[in-house]
Order: sequence, then structure tokens, then C-alpha cells
Amino acid sequence: MSTPATSATSTPISAAPLAVPPKIRLRSVSKVFSGPQGDLTALQDINLEVNDGEFVCFVGPSGCGKSTLLRIIAGLERGFTGDADVDGHPIEVPGRERTMMFQDHALFPWLDVLGNVLFSLGLKPGLTQKERVEIARSHLQLVGLERFEKASIHELSGGMKQRVALARALAPNPRVLLMDEPFASLDAMTREQLYGDLQRIHSAFQKTILFVTHNVREAVCLADRVLLFSPRPGLIRSEFRVDMPRPREFNDAAAADLSREITAAFKRILAPTDTRP
Amino acid sequence: MKNLLAAALLFALLILGWEWIAQASGVSAILLPPPTKVALYLAHSLQSGDLVSATLTTLRRLSLGYVAGVLAGLPLGLLSARFKLANLTIGTLALGLQTLPSVCWVPIAILWFGLTENAMLFIVFMGTVWAVLLATEHGIRQIPPLYREAALTMGSRGIHLWLKVLLPASLPHIVTGTKQGWAFAWRSLMAAEIYVTVLGSNGLGHLLHYGRELHAMDQVVALMLFIILIGFAADKLLFGPWERFLHRRWGLRD
Repeated sequence: MSTPATSATSTPISAAPLAVPPKIRLRSVSKVFSGPQGDLTALQDINLEVNDGEFVCFVGPSGCGKSTLLRIIAGLERGFTGDADVDGHPIEVPGRERTMMFQDHALFPWLDVLGNVLFSLGLKPGLTQKERVEIARSHLQLVGLERFEKASIHELSGGMKQRVALARALAPNPRVLLMDEPFASLDAMTREQLYGDLQRIHSAFQKTILFVTHNVREAVCLADRVLLFSPRPGLIRSEFRVDMPRPREFNDAAAADLSREITAAFKRILAPTDTRP
Repeated sequence: MKNLLAAALLFALLILGWEWIAQASGVSAILLPPPTKVALYLAHSLQSGDLVSATLTTLRRLSLGYVAGVLAGLPLGLLSARFKLANLTIGTLALGLQTLPSVCWVPIAILWFGLTENAMLFIVFMGTVWAVLLATEHGIRQIPPLYREAALTMGSRGIHLWLKVLLPASLPHIVTGTKQGWAFAWRSLMAAEIYVTVLGSNGLGHLLHYGRELHAMDQVVALMLFIILIGFAADKLLFGPWERFLHRRWGLRD
């Protein structure tokens, strides 16, 4: 196997050395799925630190464990070994301080648009109903859907649905926003609009965002750091810093150069493991 | 509008044809009462209050038994969807009992409760509960796991998760199930009323039964029509709003 130039795997991949403790800290996190065909190591010895406000993309081929890692941080995946902390607290169950967006919008069809955004706020204590509605409306405004608050979910386009899902995920003011290929099923034009929106929201709120994608170009367009995963067993193979000014355009020349570099590393990962029986 | 007119015309023709056959064929009115006689009976019995009180009696039994059936079926369905043991016991029992036509409960209901209101309620309850239970269980199993996970990441759990996510998410199935339960309840009540005579409180089924005993076919046919009408109206009134809601929100068509 070729060793990528950027960084090794087993040492913690740390963010810039700052005095503040990292937002997310993973120490030798491993996850094994036991199935009828035997055990599958989805993640092996993952070490990762993510700083507050950092935007990190997980990139890698299918089955490399990048979504599993996201789900571990969300608290949806149990039975992993190692330590996973957010703000110094071990992750045990899901909670609204780590909201998540999925590839399928996962909006609730029995609620209207406003009702969906209110759902995540309804569980937040210490708010009056009036305040909740105000917060929900302001988040719909943030994603440009304030005129659609009474609409049913099935009436929206794919891009609008993901916008509502974004508003819903942001409304309870989470510390960490987890995004699992949220734009993968959208068309290219809609996707590029959402890249713009997401960057704008990220710089306005400085949320810590973990973003899983297959799309290297997308990762470079959005992230401060891109982590490249390799499959069987899933591990972080290399890390790439993206030091480009924001807002970035999907088709920036600089982004294209870095994408090419990451894609080359991606292909090196795929080459030895893609010899299927 | 045009369709409505066409349908009205068709029904008018049907009734006219029926009147003509009844008059011209010379078949005894005991076998084939003409619609005019049926209408006459309806007018008389509505005026005398017989039909109204029978309808109220029937609807009271139906609603009490049905509501009890839904109230029992929903939580049992939730239990059966949630716990393996409940599924193996209650779920299997429901599956078995649902195949039993609810009129088969009539003999045992009479033995247990005698010729009383309770026997009626029991039969309606038995017709409702299993269908509702199975539909609820099925509905909950059909929920995309994603809804649950999305709700969990927003901090929902326990009772909140069940009441605000899993129950509404299975609404399309629950509506179908309660509607089916309604159909079963209605059919079983009619059968029960024909078989079981509760002294002093006649339902529509009793009037139908007496019509046969008195050879009053106009009464029988009139009651059949009336029963159709009630079933139709109840279906529209009870389930219409839910189905419209599902259509509007979910984008589902029936």
C-alpha cells in the first residue's frame, strides 16, 4: 500500500494547536459489525480531534466507515470501543446538541414545514411557544423558505426539503452539526446553491460541522479539513487542509487542484482493495 | 357536476325500472316490493319514530363497542410492535382471532352475557379490536427507521418519541386499520342484531328481522337501504377528514 504524503493514521490527527480543548475528541475508536458472514471491522483505531467551529469532511469509498463514524458521534451507533467525547462528555445517547442531516431529508410528513422546524425546538426547555415559533421562522428565513411555512413536505422540491432539514437541524442551536451525504440525491444546480448557503451559515454561526460525502470536489469546496478514509478495515488514511478563502465556488481553479490531489490519493486507496473475488 | 348528474340519472332509471318490473311482472309484493311501497314504509316509520330510535340504538352500540375496540387495539398494537414477547403472544392471538368472522362470537356472547346490551357490545368489540391492533402493529413496523433516528438526534425519546413520531408516522396504516375495524364492527353488529333480541331496545337489525317475520318485504328492503345509507354516511363522516388530511399532508391518494 502506498503511504500518502500528508499524514499517518495511528497518531491523533489534531487540529491547529490551540489552548481551547477540542470540540470532538475520538481516541482509538473501533467498531465491529458481527454478521452471519463473520465480523466486519467498520472502523479501526480512529483518532481524531475537531476544533470548535471547524468544518471537517469525511471522504472515502463505500464501506470505509465514514458514515458509521458520523453515526457514532451522533450517538446512533452503539457498541463501539474507545473513547468518543463531545465537549469533554462521553457520547452515550443521541441528543439535540448533535443534530444530524441525512441523505434522505427525514422530514416528518405529518407536519407542515414550520411544524418540522418546531419539532426540534419543542424538546428544548425554557422556551415559550411564541419564542419557539419565532426561532423556527428565523431559521426558515435563513434558508430562504419563510414563505413556505404552511406547505406540506411532499409539495417541496428535493432542494427545498434539504433546506427545511437544515433549518430543523440548526434551530435548536446544536454544538455540532452532523451531515451524512445531505446533498447526494440533489441535482448539480441545486447542490451548488446549497454549498453557498451552507458556507454562509457556517461563517455566520461558526458551528462545528462534520460532513460525509463521496464527492471530493464538494469536500474541498466546503471543508477546512478533508479526511480520507480507506475501507476494510475503515481507517483515516490521510488528511488535507483546505486553506482557501471563503466563500468558495465549486468550480474554483484552486479547489480543482486540491481535488485532483485528493482524488489521486483516493484512487491509490481503491486500487489494492478493489480486487474483488 | 356532469358526472353527478349522470349518476343521479342512472339511479333514477334504476328505481323506475324496479318500479316498473314490480308493477308489471305481477310478482307478489311480499317477494318484490315496489320502491313506492318502500318509500312509504320509510316515511311512516320515520314519522312514528321507530326508525329513529332503532337507528340511535344501533349507533350507540356501534360507537361504544367500536371506541372500546379502538382504545384497546391501538395500545395493544403498539405493545405488539415494540416487544417481541407481546408480538409472539398478543400478535399471534390477534392474527388468529381476526380470521374468525365476528358473527361467530354471537353464541358465546349470548352464553356469557345473556340477551343484553353487553352481548352486543362484546360482539362489536371483538369485530373491531383485532383489525385495529394488527393495523397499528403493521403501521409501526412500516415506519422508515430514519424517522426514528432523526427524532432521536433531536432529543426525542421515550413517550415523546412514541406519541410525536411513531404514532403519527403510522397514521396512514392506522386509518386504514380503523376503517377496516369499522367495517367489521358494522357487519358484526348487524348480524348480532338479527340473531340476538334484546328486549325493549330494537336496533336496525331487529327491525330487519321483524320485517322478515311479518312478511313485510317493504320494511326489509327499506331497512337494507337505510343501513347502506348509514354505513355510507358514517364512513364519509368518520374517515373522510382523516383521509383528506393524509391526502393533503402526505400527498397520499386512496
